[in-house]
Order: sequence, then structure tokens, then C-alpha cells
Amino acid sequence: MGMTMSEKIVARSAGLTQVEAGQIVMAKVDKAMMDDLLGPRVEIAEQMERMGAKIWDVNKVVIISDHYTPPANAAQADIVKFTREWAKEKGVENYYEYIGPCHQIMIEKGHALPGEVIVGTDSHSCSYGAVGSFATGIGSTEMLGVLMMGEIWLKVPETIRVEWSGKLNAGVMAKDISLRTIKQIGHAGATYQTVEYVGSGISELPMDERICIANMAVEMGAKAGLMEYDEETAAYLRSIGVEKEFTRISSDPDARYSSVLQFDASALVPQIACPHEVDNVFDVTDVKSKIDQAYVGSCTGGRYTDLKMAAQILKGHKVASGVRLLVSPASSSVYERCLREGILGDLAAAGAIILPATCGACLGLHSGTIGEGEVCISSTNRNFIGRMGSKKSFVYLGSPAAAAASAITGQITDPREFL
Amino acid sequence: MSLIEGKVWKYGDNINTDIISPAIYMERSVAEAAKYTMSPIDETFGTEYKPGDIFVAERNLGSGSSRETAPLVLKELGVKTIVAKSYARIFYRNCINVGILTIECAETDKIHKDDIIAIDYEKGIITNKTRGEQYTAQQIPPHIAKLVNLGGLIPYLEHWQEEHAAK
Ligand code: SF4
Repeated sequence: MGMTMSEKIVARSAGLTQVEAGQIVMAKVDKAMMDDLLGPRVEIAEQMERMGAKIWDVNKVVIISDHYTPPANAAQADIVKFTREWAKEKGVENYYEYIGPCHQIMIEKGHALPGEVIVGTDSHSCSYGAVGSFATGIGSTEMLGVLMMGEIWLKVPETIRVEWSGKLNAGVMAKDISLRTIKQIGHAGATYQTVEYVGSGISELPMDERICIANMAVEMGAKAGLMEYDEETAAYLRSIGVEKEFTRISSDPDARYSSVLQFDASALVPQIACPHEVDNVFDVTDVKSKIDQAYVGSCTGGRYTDLKMAAQILKGHKVASGVRLLVSPASSSVYERCLREGILGDLAAAGAIILPATCGACLGLHSGTIGEGEVCISSTNRNFIGRMGSKKSFVYLGSPAAAAASAITGQITDPREFL
Repeated sequence: MSLIEGKVWKYGDNINTDIISPAIYMERSVAEAAKYTMSPIDETFGTEYKPGDIFVAERNLGSGSSRETAPLVLKELGVKTIVAKSYARIFYRNCINVGILTIECAETDKIHKDDIIAIDYEKGIITNKTRGEQYTAQQIPPHIAKLVNLGGLIPYLEHWQEEHAAK
């Protein structure tokens, strides 16, 4: 019987030629990623010390301080300091800080590669599926196990195949593909499964847009969100200095799926997820709300294409009075490119506040948290109750284009009105 | 002992980890943060939960962030057993890893706050003493039972370490 992409990757890492969904295997881990929020400081450092345990392979470990950078207070600063010192003490050379959300850094620095099995202490580790890694989020104690043993037990997931035909129209973005898919599958509809994204609607997208889609697979409960390795993947990897050629992994024609869903990208209109669930999704034209804040940023919606699109919408306009537009590029290299190309200047001219590359407001820690009764439209990935600040605030999720258009009018707005 | 009895704290669908363990308290110690467990929807839980009480929810418990602080604050307050219709996968694994028993039962909508329930997890039976009802619970898969019986992942790793050193 044929295998899906995820079965092929898991089989290789478990040293098997054939695996089947439902089977439990011990998989060898190619990379282990930890962040500052849920990395060494939660259980890991203390237990390793107590057990006198060693990291199985320091070259396969990447540590990134991103949630608490730049720190808003002394407690956050202490956590970053602890993370940095722990990395140094353990000899983990792949340590980064202050340069943006971990998932963007993992991909940009070439730590996530096609065909690899990667685990991270952050649930959006599934982002690396955009470059063809089978990647998933795990808890801290589980990470301790990985750090010691270099392997993890996995139940081989079933796969939902999501086919997007056609091509997106102007003003419609990868984020809209993400939200529309989540609306269909539901916030728990892919629990324990892999979501495999294929079709021209995906292959036509640049890598930075693809990451936005793989990133949100976990919002359906998925273990991984996978895309095929193609010319764009190869070109992207070359652009970041990865010279190696990879085998193209795709699912066999006779692979078994738990379901196959079809969508037409050319018929898609901008989507909005309303409070307080990611699958509470409507066409933008059906959503009415005033906003206090618009946010363009995060490992979901803060990349080059996102900021460029937001700048294009805002050009010649101003952010509405009484509304603030915050922009946090997904990494310092995205920041630098957008600065060089004049995108940050255009955004600032329209009244946007440019923040450093950070997790910050995305999870309500600093740099743009919202207060009681306030409404934010955000290009991030979660609109859970209290996610961006007060438990009495409201978060609508939309594309960077929708966030920019809404910033101009002060209410949730169809970005196509500004094209 | 496969029998657990206790008073119920009851919640509905989609209780995500941002609700169980809000990010703003994560820079504090687990003991401090535990006081704010569930606070976005229930301010009494963190201060009034008594060890031995049973945490019951409905569908998709623990969705969202992989934060292990969610099971850790629950454990800190004394939660040993959770019953839900279904779980998000990372939360489910995290609970097992820190030594909280997670039981699946399709009928948790029939269980209400303050009910007294008794769980026989080997047989897969939940008895609601307050309402005189019985529900079926899913039996725990063998590879998970092994971890739970050892007391979570850490004792398992200690065991692994000993074997590894012996080689
Ligand atoms: S940007 Fe948001 S979703 Fe991404 S890693 Fe940071 S907190 Fe998580």
C-alpha cells in the first residue's frame, strides 16, 4: 500500500520501510527546538541537573529567546538570561535572541529541512511543514526525554488531504486559505492527524506565505501540517544558503487518507475569525465591528509578503484617529529587508508604529497588549479569550491586508476596497 | 488502586491552555501562577479547588499552546485525575508526562459541578453518586498505562538512564 508524506518521513526516522497510521513507533529526532517561555526553565534544566543527564547531540538542539524579548520587566529579563546561560553551559551553539519568533528563525537559519523530524516546545512548530519537515509541538517534560534519548514515541498520524486548486485573487492571502480550511475542519477536526496541503493554490505561493498556512495546522488540533518539496522550496533554501539537494517527498497515489477536502482558491474572499475561537470564521463582508488596534506581526503574519501587502494597502492613507496600527516584523532579517525596500517607511508614513521582531503582543506579554473592552484585528494565529491582554478584550483574526484596511477605517474592512 | 472518588469541577468544550494557564502569569513560579488557573473563565478555581477534586470538561480539552505550565498548575493545585470527552494531543501527552491521569468519557455532559463521582479506570466505569448514574470510560492504551504506572515520564527516564548506564 502507498504511504502519505508524513508516513514516509516517520518511517525513515523510525528505521522502518513501511508504517501505517495508528502504529506507535520510536522516531529519531533530527532537531529539537526550545524557546524561552517553555524551554529549559520549565522542568528541563532542573530535572537534567538532578538526574545528571546529558544532551544526546548538542548540534541538533536550537534555543531561541523570543517571547520575552525585549523583556518588559525584571522577571522576563531573568528568564532570558537564564535561557542564554543554560544554552552556553550546555554547549548549544545554535542560540538566538531578540531576532524574532522562534519558528521564523528556525526556518530562516536553515535549521528546519525537508524530510526531517523536528520537535519544539512551542505548538506552532508545525510551521516547518512548509519546507517539508514533519514537525510538531511537545511539552517541556517530553522535551527533556528527547534531549536525553534523541527519540520520541509517536503514533503515526492519519492524514487529511487538503487540495486548493486555482489561484488567489488580489487582496486575498495565505491567511485566508488557512482560516477557510480551519472553518471547514473545525478546531479539533484534525486532532492527532497530519494535514497535507497540495494543489496550485499552494504551489503558486511564495515560501513566506506557505509558512502561514502550515503554522496554523495546530489550530485544527493537527500534529503536523505538510507541504511538498518543490522548485519554490529549493529556491528558498538556496536563498538562505542551504546548498544541499533534497529528495522530493510526496504522497503515493494510492496512499490512504482519513478525508480529502477540495477548495477553490480563485473563489476565496478575505476571511475573519471572530472571538474567541479560530474556527469561528466568516467572510469579511459579513463581519462588523469597530476596532481599537490593528496588529501585523508574529510567526503567522509578519513576513515580507505580509508587510509589503499592508504597506500597499496603506499607501496614500492614514491610520484612523483613535486607532493604532502596530507592526512587528517576523524577524530582524524581515525587518532589515523591509527597511531597505522602503516598506517600513511607507508603513510609518501612514501612522504605523514599528516594533522590533518579537512574540510580544501575539500572546499578550508586552509591546501592544489590549485592555478591557478593546478590540484588535490581528494577523496572528489565536483569538482565544484573553490571548492578547484583558480577558474582557476581543481579537479578530484576519490577513495583514485586512488588518491594514481596518486600521484605515477604524472598523473591520474588506482589504479589496483599498486595491 | 484503580478507584478514584471526588467532587467535580465542571467545564465545557474547548478549554484551551491560554485559559488554564494565562501567559501573563507564566513568568511567575508555578506555585504563584497556580492561583490564576482557569481565571479567564473562573476566578474561584485557583483558590477554592481542593486536592482530590476531579476536573471534568467536555470536548477538545487543552487545545492551543503546548505550555506544560497548564498541567503543572493543575498538578500544583492537586489535580490528579481529569475526565473529558476528548483532548488536544499535546495537552494529553503533557498530562501523562507530569503524572496526571487523563480519562476519556463520551458522557461528561451528564456530569455537573459538585457531583461526586467515582472512577474505576481499570474497568473503565464512572459512577455518578450524586445522580445515581453510570458511564463508560475508555480504557487507557498499554503504552500510556506503562507511563502512568511509573508515575510519569521522569521516573521512566530515570529507568532508561539506569539501563543505558548498565550497557
Ligand atoms: S509569534 Fe505568537 S504564535 Fe508565534 S511563537 Fe510567538 S507567541 Fe507563539
